[in-house]
Amino acid sequence: MAEVQFWRLDLERYDAVFYRLLVTAAILLVGGGIAFFALEHEGHAITGMSEHVVWGFPHVMAIYLIVAASGVLNVASIASVFGKKEYKPYAPLSAWLSLALLVGGLSVLVLDLGQPGRLTVAMTHFNFRSMFAWNVFLYTGLMVLIVGYLWTMYDRRATAYSTAMGSAVFLWRLVLTSGTGLIFGFLVGRDGYGSALMAPMFLALSFAWGWAIFLLVQEGIARWAGEGQVALSGELLSRARRLLAIFVAAALYFVVVHLLTYAYFDRHEEFVHFIVAEGGIYSILFWIGFVGVGSVFPLILTLFQGGDARLRTQWAAWAVTIGAFSFLYLFIIGGQAYPLQPFAGYEVVASGFDDGQVASYSPRWPEILLALGGGGVALLIVSVGVRVWPLTPVLREKIGR
Amino acid sequence: MNATVQEREQPLNRERRSWLSHFAALAGAAMVAPGVHLLAITSAEGAADAKKRWGMLIDATRCDPHCARCVIACHEENGLPTPTRASDVRWIRKVALREKRSGREVSLPVMCLHCANPPCRDVCPTGATFKRKDGVVLVDRHICIGCRYCVMACPYKARNFVYAPVREQRNEVPRGAGCAEGCTLCVHRIDRGRLPACVEQCPNRALIFGDLNDPSSELVQRLQSISATILRADLRLDPAVRIHGV
Repeated sequence: MAEVQFWRLDLERYDAVFYRLLVTAAILLVGGGIAFFALEHEGHAITGMSEHVVWGFPHVMAIYLIVAASGVLNVASIASVFGKKEYKPYAPLSAWLSLALLVGGLSVLVLDLGQPGRLTVAMTHFNFRSMFAWNVFLYTGLMVLIVGYLWTMYDRRATAYSTAMGSAVFLWRLVLTSGTGLIFGFLVGRDGYGSALMAPMFLALSFAWGWAIFLLVQEGIARWAGEGQVALSGELLSRARRLLAIFVAAALYFVVVHLLTYAYFDRHEEFVHFIVAEGGIYSILFWIGFVGVGSVFPLILTLFQGGDARLRTQWAAWAVTIGAFSFLYLFIIGGQAYPLQPFAGYEVVASGFDDGQVASYSPRWPEILLALGGGGVALLIVSVGVRVWPLTPVLREKIGR
Repeated sequence: MNATVQEREQPLNRERRSWLSHFAALAGAAMVAPGVHLLAITSAEGAADAKKRWGMLIDATRCDPHCARCVIACHEENGLPTPTRASDVRWIRKVALREKRSGREVSLPVMCLHCANPPCRDVCPTGATFKRKDGVVLVDRHICIGCRYCVMACPYKARNFVYAPVREQRNEVPRGAGCAEGCTLCVHRIDRGRLPACVEQCPNRALIFGDLNDPSSELVQRLQSISATILRADLRLDPAVRIHGV
C-alpha cells in the first residue's frame, strides 16, 4: 500500500513550471520595485489616491493577502486542532502558504507607507489604543507561530507539541483576523465602517478566501507536478467542496447582516443605499462581483452534483477569489468614496474640499504594480518553498522510494 | 611558537577592539541622536499650559459666503501650496450649507476641531499624533510613518496626507511628504501670545479664539450667550472648536 510522505517538488515535470513561476514572480517583483522607487521619489502624488481616498488599491491587495493568509491555515487547523487526520498531509503546505501570503500582504502595506523607511519607528513606538499597533504584534506573532508549527510537523522530537502549537496558531489567527476587521470596526466617524460585526465578518471572509486559495494552489501543484502528487480527490474533495460552500455562505451571511443592521439605523441608511443601488462601480461590484460571482455562483458549483468534481471545485475557488477582490474594493474604496457627513440636517451647496460629493478614484500604474508586487512576493515564497522543502505530500511507492 | 602567535595577534586584537569601540560609540550616537532631536520636539510641549484649553467659536451667522480670507491666511501662514488637485492639502476650507428643512443657507470655514478625545490620536499606531496639555492636536513628523489611519478616522475630513514632495516651507511650520498633517491652531503663534492666522484675518469677527477654561475670555462669554453646535456630537469627541449658526 502506498504511503504518504512529505516531499519537495524536485520532479522534472515541476522544474519546467518552476522556472516559469520564478520568471513571473521576478517580473511582478521588478514591477513592484519600480513602483516603490517611483513613490519614494515622487511621493504618493503619482497614485490615484487623494485626500478623500487615502487607502487605495495596494490596501485592497494587502488586506486580501493578509485575510486569506489567516483562512488558509484552516487546513492545518482541521488536521491538528480538530483531529481530522485526512487533512494532515496538506498541513505543511497550508502553513507555508499562509506565511507566504502574510509576507506578501505586509510587504505591500509597508511599501505603501508614506514613510516606509520608518518601519523601525513602527516597531519601537507603540500606541496601544491603536488597532494598527496591536496588528504589528499579531502579524509578527503569527509568523513566529507558523514557523514553530512547521517545526512540530517535521521534527519528530517536536511532534508531541503539534496539537498545542496548532491550537495556538488557530487561536492567534482568530484574534488576528478579528483585529484586521476591527481596523475598520473602530473607525466610528465613517458611515461605511464602525461596527463590531467587522470582526466576525472578516473571520468568515477569511475562511472562504483562504480555503479557496488553498484549493487553487494545491490543485496547481497536483496538476503541474502530477507524478506521485496526492491531489484532493474522492471523499476528501467532496468534503473540501462542502466546506467551501459553508464558508462562502457564512461570509455572505455576515455581509448581509452587516448591511441590514446598517439599513435599520437611520444614520447609515443612505450608505447602504449607496452600496446596493446608487454607487455605480461599487454597486456593480457588490451585486455582480461579490454576490453573483463571489457567492451565489460558487455555492451552485459546490452544492450541486454533476460533471467533473475537481473542475467544479476549481471554478468555485476562482469565483470566490474574484468575489474577494470585488468585496474589498467596494468595502475599502467605496467606504472612503462615500462622503463624510459632519453636518447633520444640512446639505452641502459648495465646498472647497468636495464635501458631500462621492469621491472618484481610479488606480494608476504605481499602485497597481505595487499591489501586484505583493502577489509576486507570495508567489516567489510558495514556488521556492515547495521546490526546496518537503511541503507537499507524495505517495511513496509511486516515486519508487 | 605560541608566544609568537600571541605577540602577533595582540596588536591586531587591540586594533580590533578599538575599532569595535569606535563602532559601538558611533552606533550608540546614531541611536541616541534621534532621541535628542525628539527631545527638542517634545520640549515644544513645554510651551503648552495644562490649565488652558485653546478653542474657537465659528460664528456662521457672521461668515461672508464670498470671503475666503481665513483660507488664504492659513495657506500663507503655514506655507501650504494653493490647492488645485484632490490630493492637495487643505487645513481649512470654506463650506456652504443649506438646511434641508428650511432651505436657509450658511457659510463657514471648517478645520481640525482639536477634539478632547481625538480619534486620529487613538488610531495612530506610533503615537505620532498627540494632544498637547493645552488641547492642541499635533503630529510629530519624526515618528509619523504615513499610514493614513488618522485620515481614515477623522469624522470631519480635517486630517490631510502630504502626497507631493514639499518644495518650499516655512521654518516655523515643518512639513514633509509622506506624513499626515492638519490645522495646528497656529501653535507657533499662540505660544507667543498671538492669534491664529485665520482668526486674525477674518474681517467679520466670525472666528473667536480663546481659552475654554477661562470664564472671563471672550470665547467663553460668547459660548454662554449663544447656542453653539458640536459637530457629530453623537461621537462624544468633545471638540474645542464649536459652531454657531449651524
